[in-house]
Amino acid sequence: MPTVSMTVNGKQVSADVEPNTLLVTFIRENLRLTGTHVGCDTSQCGACVVHVDGNSAKSCTMLAVQAEGAEITTIEGLAKGSDLHPMQKSFQENHGLQCGFCTTGMIMTAVDMVNKQDNLDDASIRKGLEGNICRCTGYQNIVKSVKAAAQEMEG
Amino acid sequence: MYDFDYKRPSTLDEAASLINEDSVLLAGGHTLLPTLKQRLAQPETLVDLSAIDSLRGVCPDGDKLAIGAMTTHAEVANKATIPALASLAGGIGDPQVRNRGTIGGSVANNDPAADYPAAVVGLNAVVNTNKRAISADDFFVDLFETALDEGEIITNVTFPTPDAAAYMKFDNPASRYAIVGVMVAKTSGGVRVAVTGAGPCVFRQSEMEAALSGDFSPRALENINVSADGLNSDIHASAEYRANLIKVLAKRAVAQING
Repeated sequence: MPTVSMTVNGKQVSADVEPNTLLVTFIRENLRLTGTHVGCDTSQCGACVVHVDGNSAKSCTMLAVQAEGAEITTIEGLAKGSDLHPMQKSFQENHGLQCGFCTTGMIMTAVDMVNKQDNLDDASIRKGLEGNICRCTGYQNIVKSVKAAAQEMEG
Repeated sequence: MYDFDYKRPSTLDEAASLINEDSVLLAGGHTLLPTLKQRLAQPETLVDLSAIDSLRGVCPDGDKLAIGAMTTHAEVANKATIPALASLAGGIGDPQVRNRGTIGGSVANNDPAADYPAAVVGLNAVVNTNKRAISADDFFVDLFETALDEGEIITNVTFPTPDAAAYMKFDNPASRYAIVGVMVAKTSGGVRVAVTGAGPCVFRQSEMEAALSGDFSPRALENINVSADGLNSDIHASAEYRANLIKVLAKRAVAQING
């Protein structure tokens, strides 16, 4: 079994994994970081989005071995202690979630979007969220949350 | 997924030496991994090309643009100096697909609804491999079939800068795959019109090319009757609908070029 090493939320981790282990399985089952979800398992819903070297990626469509040497950030890596990340706080304040299953992926995608684009309007937020599906039909408040957080993050 | 071995070579030669009939190349993995999950393929070994640095990057080279095979769609969208190509790459899938999926993987897979084949054929690009250079018109053969030999590795795709070009796509709202996509380009070798999504494989619409060579305006396409024969028909669109879209999108592309 190959050994894979990567940095997850700032911590160096290493484990022996079968080559066909998905990154999301490694994150959830080896590292017990269960904030990253498996929704569709077919690269469509975005519940499994994490950051790989600063870019959002669907961790159900990556092998753990492909992340060798990478810097991974999961939802658990956003808050500083009990201080929530501005995007997390904004989802809370704007009722950007109902059941919450898609939320961690939404937030990881949204943080990547705000890091890379300035002056986000509703249309570009919706385009940026194309890879994330919410089945509670909560998009209105998700867009509102991202917009408010973007203003906060861009300061 | 079935079991497989995984190799991540750091040079092209090493990668070539690892290929045999039981191995497959892994680029961004956004087609291959879903295929493996569905157990539609059972390779013994995955040869991951991601550690070969020479396969990555967008490099202007005189009047050409060379794009490394392992360059992601997001990088092409941000860095390609041919606006029609950048815009095409920026419309593939969703942000996460664009952050992982690669031009080499897409071109080698030759999905009938993929966007890149329209860019490669429409802009008359050259697909370079570890063995030879293949012109766009010779590269795409049929449904999921290319001119690549077994074990041949795409190194980069070289796009000549067109005088003007535009890509118009009618996309599936869920997947963003092209129901039909049309690239129209004014190139040094004449007008080219490449169509993806509509048939089993990307193709050139020569009647439109001839019409646009005489009069580069949407009007010139008005009387062309696009046949539905041989076009795809599925739950998303009938062959007749796709035939109509070819004309609509070609006209829109010409209109965009003419500003």
